[in-house]
Amino acid sequence: MSLNLKRNIERPDDFYQELIDMQRDMEEDQVQVMNAKLILILSNHIGDHKTLSEAMSLAKS
Amino acid sequence: MLNTYTWPEYPYVQSDDQKNGTVKRKPVIVIGAGLIGLSAALDCARLGIPVIILDDNNTVSIGSRAVCYAKRPLEIWDRLGIADKMVEKGISWNVGKVFFKEDLAYEFDLLPEKGHKMPAMINLQQYYCEEFLVDEVMKHSDLIDLRWKHKLISLTQHDDHTSLQVETPDGIFTMECDWMIACDGANSMVRDMVKADFTGQFFQDRFLIADVVMKADFPTERWFWFDPTFHKNQSALLHKQSDDVWRLDFQMGWDADPKEATKPENVIPLIKAMLGNDTEFELEWVSIYQFACRRIDNFRYGRILFAGDAAHQVSPFGARGANTGIQDIDNLTWKLKMVMDGDAPIEFMDSYDEERAFAADDNLLNSTRSTDFITPKSKSSRIFRDAVLELSKKYEFARPLVNSGRLSMPTPYVNSSLNTADEDGFEAGVAPGTNCADAPIIADGAEGWLLNKLSDDFTVLVFGDAPDKSEIKLGNIRAQVITVGAQIEDKAGLLTQRYDAEDGAVYLIRPDHHVAARWRKFDEGKIIAALARATGQK
Ligand SMILES: Cc1cc2nc3c(=O)[nH]c(=O)nc-3n(C[C@H](O)[C@H](O)[C@H](O)COP(=O)(O)OP(=O)(O)OC[C@H]3O[C@@H](n4cnc5c(N)ncnc54)[C@H](O)[C@@H]3O)c2cc1C
Repeated sequence: MSLNLKRNIERPDDFYQELIDMQRDMEEDQVQVMNAKLILILSNHIGDHKTLSEAMSLAKS
Repeated sequence: MLNTYTWPEYPYVQSDDQKNGTVKRKPVIVIGAGLIGLSAALDCARLGIPVIILDDNNTVSIGSRAVCYAKRPLEIWDRLGIADKMVEKGISWNVGKVFFKEDLAYEFDLLPEKGHKMPAMINLQQYYCEEFLVDEVMKHSDLIDLRWKHKLISLTQHDDHTSLQVETPDGIFTMECDWMIACDGANSMVRDMVKADFTGQFFQDRFLIADVVMKADFPTERWFWFDPTFHKNQSALLHKQSDDVWRLDFQMGWDADPKEATKPENVIPLIKAMLGNDTEFELEWVSIYQFACRRIDNFRYGRILFAGDAAHQVSPFGARGANTGIQDIDNLTWKLKMVMDGDAPIEFMDSYDEERAFAADDNLLNSTRSTDFITPKSKSSRIFRDAVLELSKKYEFARPLVNSGRLSMPTPYVNSSLNTADEDGFEAGVAPGTNCADAPIIADGAEGWLLNKLSDDFTVLVFGDAPDKSEIKLGNIRAQVITVGAQIEDKAGLLTQRYDAEDGAVYLIRPDHHVAARWRKFDEGKIIAALARATGQK
């Protein structure tokens, strides 16, 4: 599996709103915790180590 | 400030009603001669309904207002006879650029689908549109009576009519009407007079909107900046209008002082920072706006129908205000005509609220999302927003998440009680509740467009064997049968394709060119049942 950087999110506007709305009334620390959990959950879903490494370096750069 | 445009001053004329002091009840009175009220009157006249428009002013829109008009409103204005003029005077554009900080993040092309009479989008100053509408209204003086300097000051609702107090330079007098269409704008007094709720979200931000004249050779594109170096932590927009006038938009933040911000000595440096020091320009208009997204609780209050900004207000990102207001009118007038003619019960007008409130909510959602993206409300949403923009520079996947305003598209009335649900399999095509797609056709030996050929009544559009009927009737309600291959030819194959009709198809199309029902085969009984449903028959 290699990292997919083409359009892949279904109904992007719905997704983005849901994400932002969920954090609307959170404290900053809570947001950080939620984001960390979200990364871990999605990482588990992806599973493939090479893909995760690639994603991490892209995000860092 | 400079003016590229001379505002017409329309004459005030005292009406016979006021002069004679007699009250003669009118079928329809429209309040407000803005884009929506003028369109409402023209659409009434198209259907043969006599109408009076009252406006408290005597000219067209003043200041920086609507710029972008999308395909669907242009199609509606085409039926009213003014779209060609608008397209000719307007600016067509397809390319948009998105900048983040000092860089171009990416650019996009609207890539409008070919084979439609109207373009995806044009830009034109609102005063031109209104002037064209007024000119057209004057041509219909047999049916439309446009009265300037007539201000509605109070009203009383009765079971079968409304009575109005109207103020003119000659004083106050009384009028009566069977039906009122309230198009008196975002601060609608009619809305207050019926004690309607008008709620939603106010955005705690201010925008400086400037129209400038410049002969610069910037391309005819839409440029949007997030957090540009010339205007840190804010957003900015540049868009071309007609006559070398450009629309500039600067987010100013909630703390901006409107008086200070609009002073030339503060505006000019800001514009120079955006356009570059060498670009010559002159200010035409500068104002500060604050935006809200809200709508009325019901589009119908008895015999008063609300349309346009009086019914809903959206932020201008995505250019939706007028675009959706025109579609209110398209939905309203044919229904009103049926009720006035006694062909549908009065409750049929509730379907106007049902369908257009649904569309308003869709527009409000889209405008709110754009506004939230452009002006993030919390630290975390700001971080996500900036991350999306950063990623969009390199990676295609992030671009659909960037939201600087979404193109205004008509909202299909997917759940409308007037629809008859599909029972035959359709993979694609135009689903019930959706506006008809245009396509090039040949009719009477000449090239033309489908939408221009559809009936002002209902239409039964048949792909396949021609039925032995030229119309279908339910009481006085008519549906004209048009068969592809007989009355019209599918010029480029696009018509068949857009209606998913390779295996035959029969569409029942409403007078507002929305699909009411569709089948694979012609069945008169089914068509009549769907016709009854689409017209609220009991
Ligand atoms: C900065 C800005 C940019 C915009 N850009 C776009 C865009 O690109 N695309 C788009 O589609 N929309 C845009 N809009 C929105 C658009 O301008 C409005 O949606 C549109 O003008 C609404 O038209 P209307 O006829 O409903 O109301 P209005 O234009 O407000 O007209 C109301 C009329 O009613 C009259 N009136 C009011 N009260 C009374 C009374 N008591 N008696 C008699 N007459 C009365 C007024 O004089 C006025 O003529 C923009 C708006 C702004 C502010």
